[in-house]
Amino acid sequence: MTGLGKSLRWPVLILAIIALAVLPTSLKSYGVYILTLWAVYVIAGMGLNLTVGYAGQISLGQAAFLGIGAYTAGLMAKLGFSYLLIVPASASICFLVGLGLGFPALRVQHHYLAFATLGFNMLCFLVFRNEEWLTGGTFGMNDIARPVLFGWHFSRAADFYQLTFGITVVLAVLMALLLRSPWGRAFAALRDNPIRAESVGISTTFYTLMAFAIGAAYAGVAGALFAPLVGFIEPASFTVTNSLAMLLMVIVGGQGRFFGPALGAVIVVLLPEWLRFAADWYLAVFGFMIVVMMVWMPGGLLSLADRWKRP
Amino acid sequence: MTDLLQLLLSGVSTGACYALAALGFTLLWQASGTINFALGEMVMLPAFMMLFFLNVASLPLAVAFLLTLVASLLVLGGMFKLLVVDPLIRHGVIPLVIATLGLSIGFKNLTRVAYSAQVFTFPSIFPDRLIDIFGLRVTVAEIGTAVLACGVALGVQFFLNRTLTGRAMQAVAQNRDAARVLGINANRMVMYAFLVNAALAALTALLVTPVYLAKFDMGDTLGTKAFYAAIIGGFNNSRGALLGGVLVGVLENLVGAYISPSYKEGVALLLFLLVIVFMPQGLLGKPEERRV
Repeated sequence: MTGLGKSLRWPVLILAIIALAVLPTSLKSYGVYILTLWAVYVIAGMGLNLTVGYAGQISLGQAAFLGIGAYTAGLMAKLGFSYLLIVPASASICFLVGLGLGFPALRVQHHYLAFATLGFNMLCFLVFRNEEWLTGGTFGMNDIARPVLFGWHFSRAADFYQLTFGITVVLAVLMALLLRSPWGRAFAALRDNPIRAESVGISTTFYTLMAFAIGAAYAGVAGALFAPLVGFIEPASFTVTNSLAMLLMVIVGGQGRFFGPALGAVIVVLLPEWLRFAADWYLAVFGFMIVVMMVWMPGGLLSLADRWKRP
Repeated sequence: MTDLLQLLLSGVSTGACYALAALGFTLLWQASGTINFALGEMVMLPAFMMLFFLNVASLPLAVAFLLTLVASLLVLGGMFKLLVVDPLIRHGVIPLVIATLGLSIGFKNLTRVAYSAQVFTFPSIFPDRLIDIFGLRVTVAEIGTAVLACGVALGVQFFLNRTLTGRAMQAVAQNRDAARVLGINANRMVMYAFLVNAALAALTALLVTPVYLAKFDMGDTLGTKAFYAAIIGGFNNSRGALLGGVLVGVLENLVGAYISPSYKEGVALLLFLLVIVFMPQGLLGKPEERRV
């Protein structure tokens, strides 16, 4: 990046955040809904970017964590817990489950890990669907209320968006700090050369588990926001296809790039809107588009900029 | 007791079909390092092609199968390698995983919209008859499927170990550069692996569709079972795929009957997790060495 580009980076970033924070006042409620959904996916995508892009693992189970977060939030809201408790609870449950999913990753890599996480997602789907006493089974869970914090009601779409966006910014700052700390370097070492990392004294076991657990915790927060946003959760929202969409989000944005998920989430959230003309053909077009996109730019959208600079 | 034996036998018969699909999967991995997530759909598509030839063009099953075999060799073998795998393989595992997952979503929904979302019955190549073996009542189809699938799996094994082409393919899988030095056309051997995979997929479709019925999403379960079977048995061993497939088929039947039918789908996954945590190389595989 050039010197001018670097000095402009902060003002541009702050302007973008302010613009995104006040944007909903000029949008209709459906637009606000889409924008909120984008913010939710950005949170889950940031987590997955840590696991996949920075630590170099592969995960096809992020939708399962979104689901665990959403069901936890839904159940706790029904039991009358405060939202101040719900978000940390969703995050910590996902953190623990993510820690568990990290264990296979200690033994195997690449395709094995892809299948292990994919299988984990399928297993979670089975639990969401079969354990009707807990999750409502295929009927799902209805009427999940929007949160109330310190007497403030976030029931209007724009208010809930601002809450979601605020949480997104806070989590993004935390992620940036984490990546700049020695932990961030350890994750990169794990990705680039695990054997070398181990030989210079980085505990690959610890950081592999953490990469999964923190990535999962982000998805847990996203789930805790997803449930009150949609108001109705059902197992079909948390399938392997959704995990693929999230992985796609990270890859299309450019894995291991901080703003990758923010860009990738735009595409994943807006694609169904753009492809509305295709009606029934939507998923078929979506599938083949993924193939074309991968063949054309395996490094993601942000890699196109690099290609431009170095022709 | 007869219940148990009947469950075992039908488990072996479904398991043998998993094994056939798994075999194609291990072949692709060994020959080129390709992970094919669209495996299930590569069985579903030939099934629908055959249905089309049978119902719309009203051809006999044998002709329909041959036409489908040719089409699947061209599309699922040749075109898949040239258009999708070749441009992506040098970018590592993840882009290929995503591209084949995209392919699987694409194929599935193309079939749903362009053909039909309904379930179709499919004629069996075996006569619909029950035979009585020591009080055990089994269908000819069950025995025929198991025998044919095991026969083909062993045949592929024979081809790989005993013929010149097969050994050349193995040489390419083990060390591509060394194989080239010995004058083996590596790219052609990889193409053979893709063609064998496509042929196995068409054959699996022929055997499995009468039982599973033809539906656009029939590949979902079949594909994942085949992956798990391949890994349980050992990814770098073709006999492992057969063992893994049969093991999964039998255990699924037992769990479905004696424990809980709603978690039947989880059996393969559980077995898979146990295998990768305790013996990552699979039951029959050799451990892969890490290169620094």
